[in-house]
Amino acid sequence: MTVLDIKDLHVSVKTDDETSGEKEILRGVTLTIRSGETHAIMGPNGSGKSTLAYSIAGHPKYKITSGSVTLDGQDVLTMTVDQRARAGLFLAMQYPVEVPGVSVANFLRTAKTAIDGEAPKLRTWVKDVNTALDQLNLDPSFAQRSVNEGFSGGEKKRHEIAQLELLNPRVAVLDETDSGLDIDALKIVAEGVNRFRRQEDKGVLLITHYTRILRYIEPDFVHVFVAGRIADEGGPELAEQLEAEGYDKYVKAAAAAAVG
Amino acid sequence: MTAVADALEMERVESHLHPEGSFDVDDHEVPTGREEIWRFTPLKRLRGLHRDAPLDGSGVGAEYDAPEGVVVERVEAGSPVLGSSGFVPNDRIAARVWHEAGERYAVTIPADTEVERPVVITLTGTDTEHATATHVVITAGVHSRVTVVLRFVGSATLADNVEVVVGDGAEVTVVSIDDWADDAVHVGHRHAMVGRDARFKHVDVTFGGDVVRHDTTAEYAGPGGEVEMLGLYFADAGQHFEHRLFVDHTAPKTKSHVLYKGALQGDRAHTVWIGNVLIRKAAEGIETYEENRNLVLTDGCQADSVPNLEIETGEIKGAGHASATARFDDEQLFYLRSRGISDDEARRLVLHGFFEDLIRRIAVPEIEDGLRKTVEAELAKNLIEADVVVEEAV
Ligand SMILES: Nc1ncnc2c1ncn2[C@@H]1O[C@H](COP(=O)(O)OP(=O)(O)O)[C@@H](O)[C@H]1O
Ligand SMILES: [Mg+2]
Repeated sequence: MTVLDIKDLHVSVKTDDETSGEKEILRGVTLTIRSGETHAIMGPNGSGKSTLAYSIAGHPKYKITSGSVTLDGQDVLTMTVDQRARAGLFLAMQYPVEVPGVSVANFLRTAKTAIDGEAPKLRTWVKDVNTALDQLNLDPSFAQRSVNEGFSGGEKKRHEIAQLELLNPRVAVLDETDSGLDIDALKIVAEGVNRFRRQEDKGVLLITHYTRILRYIEPDFVHVFVAGRIADEGGPELAEQLEAEGYDKYVKAAAAAAVG
Repeated sequence: MTAVADALEMERVESHLHPEGSFDVDDHEVPTGREEIWRFTPLKRLRGLHRDAPLDGSGVGAEYDAPEGVVVERVEAGSPVLGSSGFVPNDRIAARVWHEAGERYAVTIPADTEVERPVVITLTGTDTEHATATHVVITAGVHSRVTVVLRFVGSATLADNVEVVVGDGAEVTVVSIDDWADDAVHVGHRHAMVGRDARFKHVDVTFGGDVVRHDTTAEYAGPGGEVEMLGLYFADAGQHFEHRLFVDHTAPKTKSHVLYKGALQGDRAHTVWIGNVLIRKAAEGIETYEENRNLVLTDGCQADSVPNLEIETGEIKGAGHASATARFDDEQLFYLRSRGISDDEARRLVLHGFFEDLIRRIAVPEIEDGLRKTVEAELAKNLIEADVVVEEAV
C-alpha cells in the first residue's frame, strides 16, 4: 500500500523578472492518492496544474511556502529531485526536455540503474526496452536517437510512457500526456498507462485539460482545479458534467472569491 | 589550373583578417598585448617566446610510430620542403621558429599510398626552463590517404610550426592532442595547403598546459578542396587555451566546416576562439560554416568567441557562423534527475552529450574512447567541488 499525501500545499514561482520576485500559484492544495487509485485533475490553462506536478517532482523553479507532501509518511519536500524518483515518484512531463548527444538507450539504462541501485541484466533489459518501445509503436531505432531531440509531439509523449513502464514507479504523475495526440496515439498512450495501473500497488495522478483521455483511462476520482486550488471533487460523473458545462462556473466563482 | 593560379595571384588583396606574413623576425614587433592578434593572450606567461627567449632548448623529445610507406626524416634549415605549404610566418613567434627551430622533420606519404593505421608522433616535454622550437612538414602525395596524430605530453615551453601539404585528391587527417602537464606553454602554428579535390581534416584537442595558443590556417591550391577543422577543449582553473583559425578560400568550389566545442571549469579558466574565414573574389561557389560552442561549468571562467566572415564575392553557395556560450541547462538536469539520475551523473551525461556529435565527426577510432574518458576524467576533477556548491544553493 502506497500513499502520496499532499496537504495544504502553497507554492510560489520564482519569476524571471528579478524585481517582482515571486508569484503565488498554488493556494492550498490537499489531495491523497492511494495505490490502486487513479485521480484526474482537470482545470483550465494557467490554473496551476503543472505547478502542482513540478512541485511534487521538485523542480527548482518552484518554491514551497507551506504545506507538506509525503510518500508513505516520508517527507518528499526535503528530498532532492533524484531522491524523489528513487523513492517511487514519476512525472511524465507536459514538455519533455531535449538532451542532445545522449541516446535514449543510454538514458534509459542510466535511469534504470539509478532507480534500482544496480545495473539491469543486459539480456532481459534489451528485451524489456524493445518491448516497451514496440508497445508504444516506437521503432527499435528510436533507442539510438538523442533524448527528445527532433521527436514529434506524439513521440515525446510515447517516450514518456515508455519510461513510465520501464522505470515502473509507485506513483505516476502524468501532466497533459494527452495533449497534442491524435486519437490513435492517445489510445496507445492510454493502453500504456492502463498496463501500468493494472499492476498491484500503483497510484496515478492524471492531469488533463480535456475529458477525452478519461474515456480510455477511467478515473476513480475527479478534481476540478481552478486558480491554484481544488474547487470541486467527485467521481467519474464530474468529468461528464465538465464535458457538458466547461469550467466557467468554477472560474467565475474563483474570480468572485478573489475580489471578495 | 593555370587560370586559377593566375586568378589567385591577382586576387591577393589586403584583408583585415589576414595580416601579410613575413619571414623576417624584425618585421614582427614584440607584441605589447594591445594588438588585435595578441589582446587575449597572457603574454607574461609565454616565458619570453614572443620576445627573444632563446629557443635552443632540447626539452622536447620526439618518438614516432610510422607505418610502412611513411618516411620520417630530419631536414636542415633551408631545405625546400620547409615552406612548401605556402606557410609564411604571420607573427613573431612563428617567424622565430622558422629561423631558430632546433629540430626540423619531414613526414612524407608517397602518392597513391593508403596508410591503414595512424602515424603517431609523441612529443614529450621534460624541461620548461629552456624553450624549444620545432618545425614539421607533413606532405601527403596525390591521392594518398593518411592520419597523423601529434601528441604532446609532459612539461615544456614549446613553439612549433607544422605545415601540411595535401596533394590533389588526397585525404589527410591531422590530430593534435595537447595533453600536457599543468606547467607547459605551447604556441603552435599550423598551416595547410589543400590540393584540388583534396580533403583535409584538422582535429585539435586541448586538455593540458598552462597556456596553449594555436594558430591554424588553411588555403586551397585548387578548386574542389574541403577543409574540416574540429576542436575539443577542456580548460580547468587557470588554464588559457586559445585557438585562432583562418580559412582562406582562395579557390572556387571549395568547402570549409569549422566546429570547436569546449568546456570550462574553475577559477580563471579562459578560452579564446577566433574563427576567421575569408572568401576571395576567385572563390565562387564555395560553402563555409563555422561554429563554436562553450559550456561553462562553474563561476569564474571566461570564454571568448569571435567568428569573422569576410566575403569578397556574392557568388557563393553558402556561408554562415554560430557562436554560443552557455551553462548547464537547468531544465535538462531536472529532466534527467526526475528519472532518478544523480546530479553528478546528470552533469556527466549532458557533458558527454555536448561533445558526442563532435567526437563522432572526428571519426578517428584510435582516439575516440580516449577522448570520452579524458572528458569524463576532467569533469570528475571538479564534481566534488561542484557538489558543495549545489548543496549550498538548495
Ligand atoms: N516561471 C514562471 N514565471 C511566471 N509565471 C509563471 C511561471 N511558471 C508558471 N507561471 C504562471 O503560473 C500559473 C500556472 O501555470 P501552470 O502551472 O503551468 O498552469 P497549467 O499547467 O494549469 O496550465 C500561470 O498563470 C503561469 O503563467
Ligand atoms: Mg500545464
